[in-house]
Amino acid sequence: MSHLGGAIGAGLAAIGAGIGIGQIGKGATESIARQPEAANDIRGAMILTAAFVEGVALLAAVAGLLAVFK
Amino acid sequence: MVSRTVKILLVAALSLVSLFSVQVSLASETPQNEAGVQDAHVKKTINPSEIIMEHITDGHEFHFFTIGDFHATLPLPVILYSKERGGWFTFMSSKFHHGHDAYQGFRLEHGKIIPVLEDGVTVDETAKVYDFSLTRNVVQMFLALAVLVIIMTGVAKKYKKNGPKAAPSGLQNMVEPIITFVRDDVGKTNLGKKYEKYMPYLLTVFFFILINNLFGLLPGAANVTGNLAFTAVLALISFVVILFSTNKHFWGHIFWFPGVPVPVKFLMLPVELMGVFTKPFALMIRLFANMVAGHVIILSFIILIFIFGAMNTALGFGTSPLFIGLAVFIYLIEVLVAFIQAYIFTNLTAVFISQAFEGGHDEHHHEGHEEKH
Repeated sequence: MSHLGGAIGAGLAAIGAGIGIGQIGKGATESIARQPEAANDIRGAMILTAAFVEGVALLAAVAGLLAVFK
Repeated sequence: MVSRTVKILLVAALSLVSLFSVQVSLASETPQNEAGVQDAHVKKTINPSEIIMEHITDGHEFHFFTIGDFHATLPLPVILYSKERGGWFTFMSSKFHHGHDAYQGFRLEHGKIIPVLEDGVTVDETAKVYDFSLTRNVVQMFLALAVLVIIMTGVAKKYKKNGPKAAPSGLQNMVEPIITFVRDDVGKTNLGKKYEKYMPYLLTVFFFILINNLFGLLPGAANVTGNLAFTAVLALISFVVILFSTNKHFWGHIFWFPGVPVPVKFLMLPVELMGVFTKPFALMIRLFANMVAGHVIILSFIILIFIFGAMNTALGFGTSPLFIGLAVFIYLIEVLVAFIQAYIFTNLTAVFISQAFEGGHDEHHHEGHEEKH
């Protein structure tokens, strides 16, 4: 049962992170297309925000792992 | 020009790594043949999580490969202290014979050294053992450190000899673009005028994480950056640096949040105070989970071959090119991740430092707030 919970949790985290990072990528590419000269700043901000999103997703992944290994 | 050099560097690193990954796939194919032969007389069951845990956790030896009963390992010294047993014990981990034998009243059980009674099996509850062993993580970390010091002192000497204006040569070409990248994209953009004060720390932590990430990708090597204790210490050092950079604006924001009614101020206090600790905690988890996840994915693809091979030898051979291809693909992504994670750790440290010493602007508060969720 805990295996199932861990797997579902990891899947949900992946869905959330996927949506989040997709939104970041969409926003970044749109703004770079609108203002190509700001590409470097936008890229930096994009990676930073993606790191935040990913950090939360990984937290969920670790929690899922703990549920499985327990 | 800088980006071009970085690109060339990346290509070089990738091609070097693809060479290694070929070795990985070769190494993983050889035991498979053996496993196919063995299956006839010894029915071996595959336990993926056990194999994966053995690879990504710390250990008392470097384990390269196993063919049949032959284990290619590099044993490492074990250093123990036990007051009840009368002091220090030092011996090589090969004395344990991979956990089969007890030695001097100690036994290796699932990577942990436990005290046992004379029969070599029963756990001795009275003795407490402190393990100070040079495990593979420790040994590899010091190796990486030595390589880093050799590279950096060599480069520094060259700059002293030729002056900063001379055209870079040799290793300078490799190190200089990365240093200017960290200075411009991490230091200057986040810290503004004060960047010079923090450059030594940021550069050290960047190169240290980077070299340990890359070393961890070598076949047979330990997974140093995928160890929670390692990332915890790095995060702790970053935490100390962040705390030393704080000013009264920062603490004012935490203990007496400006611009809201008094009851809300009390409500915000624990939230803000927690935010101080979640920042380094997130740094710790991020690096750890990223590196572990990468290693687990590669190992899972390799293990899938053996799972299929256990069902049917032909099936194992048939699917192996696919899984090896996938493993190599993930491996190449991992090289990229090694750079990105070093960059993200350094960048976030710089961001948190700048939050600590900058005054109370709404936008900085907003950034800190997002991190807490």
